[in-house]
Amino acid sequence: MIRIEPRVAPGRLMTLGVPVLSAVIALVLACIPLLFAGANIATAYAEMARGVFGSVFSFTEVLTRATPLIFTGLAATLAFRAKLWNIGAEGQLYLGAMAAVAVGTGLFDLPGVLLMPLIIGFGAAAGAAGMAVPAVLKTRFGADEVVTTLLLNFIILIFVQMMLEGALKDPMSLGWPQSSPILDQGMLPQLIPRTRVHAGLIIALLAAVVAQFMLARSVWGFRLRAVGENAAAARHAGIGVNRSLMSVALISGALAGLAGVSEVAGLKGYLTADLSPGFGYTGIVVAMLAGLSPIGVVVSALFIASVFVGADSMSRAMGVSSYLADLVVSMSLLCVLIGGFFARYRITSTKPVQGAAS
Amino acid sequence: MIDILHILISESFWIASLRIATPLIFGVLGALLCEKSGVLNLGIEGIFVAGAMAGWIAVWLGAGLWGGVLVAAGAGAFFGLIHAILTVPLGLSQHVSGLGVTMFATSVSYFIYRTALPDTTSPPRIEPFQALDIPILSDLPFIGPVLFQQTAMTMLALIMVGVVWYVLDRTALGVAIKAVGDNPDSVDAQGLSVYGLRIGTIMAGSALMALGGAFLTMSAFSSFFFGMVNGRGWICIALVIFASWRPGKALLGALLFGAFDAFQVRLQTEVGAFVPGQVFLMAPYILSIFALVIAARRADYPRALLTPWFKGQR
Repeated sequence: MIRIEPRVAPGRLMTLGVPVLSAVIALVLACIPLLFAGANIATAYAEMARGVFGSVFSFTEVLTRATPLIFTGLAATLAFRAKLWNIGAEGQLYLGAMAAVAVGTGLFDLPGVLLMPLIIGFGAAAGAAGMAVPAVLKTRFGADEVVTTLLLNFIILIFVQMMLEGALKDPMSLGWPQSSPILDQGMLPQLIPRTRVHAGLIIALLAAVVAQFMLARSVWGFRLRAVGENAAAARHAGIGVNRSLMSVALISGALAGLAGVSEVAGLKGYLTADLSPGFGYTGIVVAMLAGLSPIGVVVSALFIASVFVGADSMSRAMGVSSYLADLVVSMSLLCVLIGGFFARYRITSTKPVQGAAS
Repeated sequence: MIDILHILISESFWIASLRIATPLIFGVLGALLCEKSGVLNLGIEGIFVAGAMAGWIAVWLGAGLWGGVLVAAGAGAFFGLIHAILTVPLGLSQHVSGLGVTMFATSVSYFIYRTALPDTTSPPRIEPFQALDIPILSDLPFIGPVLFQQTAMTMLALIMVGVVWYVLDRTALGVAIKAVGDNPDSVDAQGLSVYGLRIGTIMAGSALMALGGAFLTMSAFSSFFFGMVNGRGWICIALVIFASWRPGKALLGALLFGAFDAFQVRLQTEVGAFVPGQVFLMAPYILSIFALVIAARRADYPRALLTPWFKGQR
């Protein structure tokens, strides 16, 4: 008889090996859609690699693309650790971006040292507020946060479109629905001249380090993990479960809001309704590939960003749909889930005991 | 006030309500079946997309409309099987697995569509299901047009409400499905396969969800476009809780939702000058959240929902 037994403790090799192996398998599986599209497999992979490692500029594009993914990956990581299913990072990202353009485009004509922190602070607060709503609906009314955060994504995106045709519309944009540009001194500085990498990356890396420390070493992190592992036991041990959930909800929302700030104030300069190609949802994949470890998020965000940058460049060169990237990303998620099973359990076969019922 | 009454008694309003409700009826029934067996299926949004794409492309390739319906259902069952394998024998997080299936089904569908039809600015159209015109029945006053001038897929959705109710409430299979969602140990003790029941139910439920998507491309519109599902799957997940896992109430919830949506579109033409159009676009999602908050307190979740079960482990 085949039995599924939990492993005593998953080894270090397993925790590191599973995500890497999953990513590799997902990349290899990409040859099925490539064949379907009639592309030469070898050329396609070579084009993807060239798109990522081909030049210094292409690699800085990966860093630029990874920046919002680190933020949304961290947002998912912290929330999921507490088993708070924040699927609303996409909406919270837009709230952060909207707050950034609301205060950054001329409402306050401050010097950069004041304006930049103001933009960042407002953006984070807007993201946090966006997650506070489903968190209150969950803790007060028992409304499932998965559904509310998902639905809020749609509500917020429509709200963004409304604001871009109304209060936040750039009067100089000739009818195009986009916001005014953020004041020059409010823009996050560029890190490498003639590339698009910006200081948002530094903030993202700092956030990852702080999150790692808080999660592993602080009382807050301990409570959060306790709530995630067994809410009933945590409550019994005197941990304020709802308080813990609220605090992680706010921080998760704030991180997603920062993704929006960094895209608007670091890269684009103004807000449009197509600011994010699904960074919020991709953040979930980033978090899962990272095994819900904040430092791991940085690595997996770089991987996912490479997939997008590489597939984009391959798509331009070979005419294969760039939806290939989304396909690889979703397959990595499914692979890492399956891999996680084999890291946590082992399958053994035992001989049935004579005469005993199976 | 007169205007509102005027809207509510018009035939076209009720025809539109039932039309808007149709994909939701399929989706809510599908989600309800999965959850009754103890598994939340957040793959629904992606399965809608897969059903819409698969059904449309099958018809476009010449499969015929009912052939398209079958292909869509098959595509739904396939993605349902992926979710079932991940969540039932492997017992992985139903939330994350479902989201993974949504992402996978969506990107597969978009990739196939883009590869089959590269750079088409105006998507090709198929000849969709036409309104049935049943002699005598369609000529009944009011009821006739509202019920019997719908397309065959709306009829199918209404029939499926009865089928799902009958199977769950009146057959041994239904008893087993509900038992496996409440207390899988009891099902195992009777020598039935927990895995088999759950996997089969998830596949059937996912096939229903895909029909909701197929309705969009094969009945409501006549072409496939990106982002056309637009959260309908997530709305269904909220409606299941609102319907407290009962097929009849699911029909009622979907109809109320359809009526609200049809009503706000008509209201928009009355007050559109004073209120931005986006407020109306947001309304369905806000309504769903409201429905969820109202229903959440008294929600009677299937007891084993979200809990994985492994053979030989108690």
